[in-house]
Amino acid sequence: MTVAAAEVASPRTFHSRRRRGRARSTGLFLVSLLVALVLLLPLAFLLVEAQGAGVHTVASLIDRPLTLHLLWNTVRLAVVVTALCAVLGTGTAWLVERTDLPGRRVWAVLLVVPLAIPDFVVSFSWSSLSTAVTGYWGAVLVMTLSVYPLVYLPVAASLRNADPAQEEVAHGLGAGRLRTFWRITVGQARVAILGGCLLVVLVLLAEYGAFEILGYQTFTTEIFTESEQAFNVAAACALSLVLVALGLVVLAGETLARGRGRTTRVDRMAQHRADPLRLGRWTAVVLLALLALVLLALGLPVASSIYWWVAGPQQVLDGVSILSAAGYTALFGACAGAVATLMALPVGILAIRYDGRLRRMLERSTYLVLAIPGLIIALALAYFSEQYAGGLWYQTAPMLILAYAIMFFPLALVGVRASVAQAPVGLEHVAQSLGQGRLAVLWRVTRPLVGPGLAAAFCLVFLSVVTELTATLILVPINVQTLATQFWSYQQNLAYGQAAPFALLMIAIAAVPSYVLGRFFDRLPTRAAAS
Amino acid sequence: MSDRDALVELDQPGRRAGSGPLGVGGTGAGHQSAGVHVSGVVKSFGTHPALRGVDLDIPVGSFTAILGPSGSGKTTLLRIVAGFERMDAGSVVVGGQVMDDGRRFVRPQRRGIGYVPQEGALFPHLTVADNVSFGVPRRKRSEVAHLVDLVGLGGLERRYPHQLSGGQQQRVALARALAIKPKVVLLDEPFSSLDASLRDGVRRDVAHILSEANATTILVTHDQDEALGVADQIAVLKEGSIVATADPRSLYAEPSDLAAALLIGDANVLTAEIHNGHAHCVLGKVEITPPGVRSSHGSAQLLLRPEQVVLHAEAAEGRVKATVVEMQYHGHDALVRIGVDAPGHPAFSARIPGDVALSEGQPIWVTLRGPGRVWTDR
Repeated sequence: MTVAAAEVASPRTFHSRRRRGRARSTGLFLVSLLVALVLLLPLAFLLVEAQGAGVHTVASLIDRPLTLHLLWNTVRLAVVVTALCAVLGTGTAWLVERTDLPGRRVWAVLLVVPLAIPDFVVSFSWSSLSTAVTGYWGAVLVMTLSVYPLVYLPVAASLRNADPAQEEVAHGLGAGRLRTFWRITVGQARVAILGGCLLVVLVLLAEYGAFEILGYQTFTTEIFTESEQAFNVAAACALSLVLVALGLVVLAGETLARGRGRTTRVDRMAQHRADPLRLGRWTAVVLLALLALVLLALGLPVASSIYWWVAGPQQVLDGVSILSAAGYTALFGACAGAVATLMALPVGILAIRYDGRLRRMLERSTYLVLAIPGLIIALALAYFSEQYAGGLWYQTAPMLILAYAIMFFPLALVGVRASVAQAPVGLEHVAQSLGQGRLAVLWRVTRPLVGPGLAAAFCLVFLSVVTELTATLILVPINVQTLATQFWSYQQNLAYGQAAPFALLMIAIAAVPSYVLGRFFDRLPTRAAAS
Repeated sequence: MSDRDALVELDQPGRRAGSGPLGVGGTGAGHQSAGVHVSGVVKSFGTHPALRGVDLDIPVGSFTAILGPSGSGKTTLLRIVAGFERMDAGSVVVGGQVMDDGRRFVRPQRRGIGYVPQEGALFPHLTVADNVSFGVPRRKRSEVAHLVDLVGLGGLERRYPHQLSGGQQQRVALARALAIKPKVVLLDEPFSSLDASLRDGVRRDVAHILSEANATTILVTHDQDEALGVADQIAVLKEGSIVATADPRSLYAEPSDLAAALLIGDANVLTAEIHNGHAHCVLGKVEITPPGVRSSHGSAQLLLRPEQVVLHAEAAEGRVKATVVEMQYHGHDALVRIGVDAPGHPAFSARIPGDVALSEGQPIWVTLRGPGRVWTDR
């Protein structure tokens, strides 16, 4: 899950003269509209579901002490974890980008990799070692260590791109280090910090596996229990409405707080690398602190999984082979990656190449998907299929892939936007004037420029699918297990020894490409500016 | 050397038509330059009219600059000629072949028009050599290798665009456009993104290369110095219409239209009385042009370029007294703003050599050097 890395790199268009032609974009607009409608299907289904269950029933189900209890649990977790992530993420990003910390390149990687480890694996690795890690404080610990990179990534990127001259000017005006850090550095990174915090809150709202293991009750765990174990559709639907509303409030709040982005950027050519701040005698302390963080966030989950793999009991339970699970995981991931990228293509082209308020609104509407947890998307699709489509596609690969494609559409869109921005219309025009037909232009100019970005969009979705648990549990075809569901089934039955290799494989699959992708998105703006 | 060329060019408008030895290696045989005829071109975006009936005639082998402020529609006109934009009405004919007249539309890839956009727009994934030979069939690639040398980038063939300076990128873009042996070359503000120090040199080289290649060239620019410096025909575009078309010299000295005159160079516009073949104004008496107005009488508008306002340190017969209001020092020369004692007159501009020192508030005496262009009131 490198949402944040991608978010930050959301592309700057360079000398792409936006086409003003209206007629030619109509087709593209209609296709994009269709995509937007598909994306908002789960939300529509949820409302239909509420209607079916009876408005009064749903209202009385919301108006219960349980709702308040869940709300309290969700909010107190979100506030504390988000605050901790903001501090950890911003602090580490500043250390890596602005000081003479030894081994900065290595730290830059080590600090990001924990993001690739599925939250439910982190949760498993802690709670399997100690029964003390449980409940509220367990959730705070596990979630902070798993998701702080969501703040680190955008803040590091924004510090890298911000003009260091501002800090120098502040020093020149007599502001001390602390004052400069607070007023200038944090000010420059404000939008990035907010964006990172938004992602943290959305992850917390959507998380199921980690909280289930820790025995911490939130909206998501309760919705899962009501629908999958108690089969109480009305109650699940009522809680889902509250959860979606919560997500939308957070999304709107972030947009408001962001305000108009007031960061004037200086010409890249004129920019210089700041003289890094000398840590001096603090170096040892800082190094120890970072080492401790990396050991807790990365070392412990890996070590714990290896420990259980080596020392845990084997062959206790029946299950599918790790090869079969990996095969299905890869199949679903690849299909979802392709579908999501294809869906994002018209929306991305429309957003980058054409102007207009209607088109901007359409693009924004697709971001609403961020506020809808995967669990609710999966439940809505399943419910609709059962009630209104005679079970069509229920627990089949197409529906699972559709759910993935909707869930991870925002990720694909970030990649697609970046790639479309790499191929401005102007270049295609020049190629045409040089005597090349449409197909030749597509093959010789557009394909090589857009290709890497589309591949990145595909990979982002693929990796997210590999570590997805909640929606997969609901929609996975009968007799099929993915890495995540097989791990989950072993873990639920305390077969830690059998669960561990699945955890390690997921970490390995997700960690390495996440690093490569992060590097790709880091390089994008520079390349755009240079060409 | 290029400096001298530029001077000669201004003195002999249209010199290149039909001439142009292909010296160091022009684009070689098979290169057919063509004239461009644009008539009645209308184009609007939504409710906003960009072009309102543009007529323009560009002779074979000429270097025409389309000069206009931003938003005047000049880039739209260029894109219509290139075929990137469809027009609402009118026609574009290149070398006798109809490119677009509402019924026929020749696609950009079949027009044989070289296009050099702003900032070059090189293909970032291709080397210099591959960029230049992009539009040439594979077996003919070696034939265009010399173009890299022609634009002065020999030895940089294997570089990628991001490894080149802005000026070098422009040259590659030019070589790329010339490689297809275009009938016409279009330059869309190609120098505006360059540093001022680079701009003159690149501009001169580009003009020289295009002249060697004997290519009909259309340059779009908002920079009057650029248009005056390289073109042998200037079309002034204002709010979607062409207000004047002429060679640089007559456009500057004897513009047909006051609006066009004000877009090119600094200008003083005064009210004057025409009497006995001279104009009498607050700055004194001056000969007038065009010859037809010399016999007329009555009030008129008089256009005087700053260099026609001559300053003297001492009073004498026929000199008008004025005061120095402001000095703008430019090194080689200076622009002096002077005020006259008569009420209701704005400050006027005069150009003096850079080594003459004047101080603000100093009294000064003015004579006028003719002829001044006048427009009589009807």
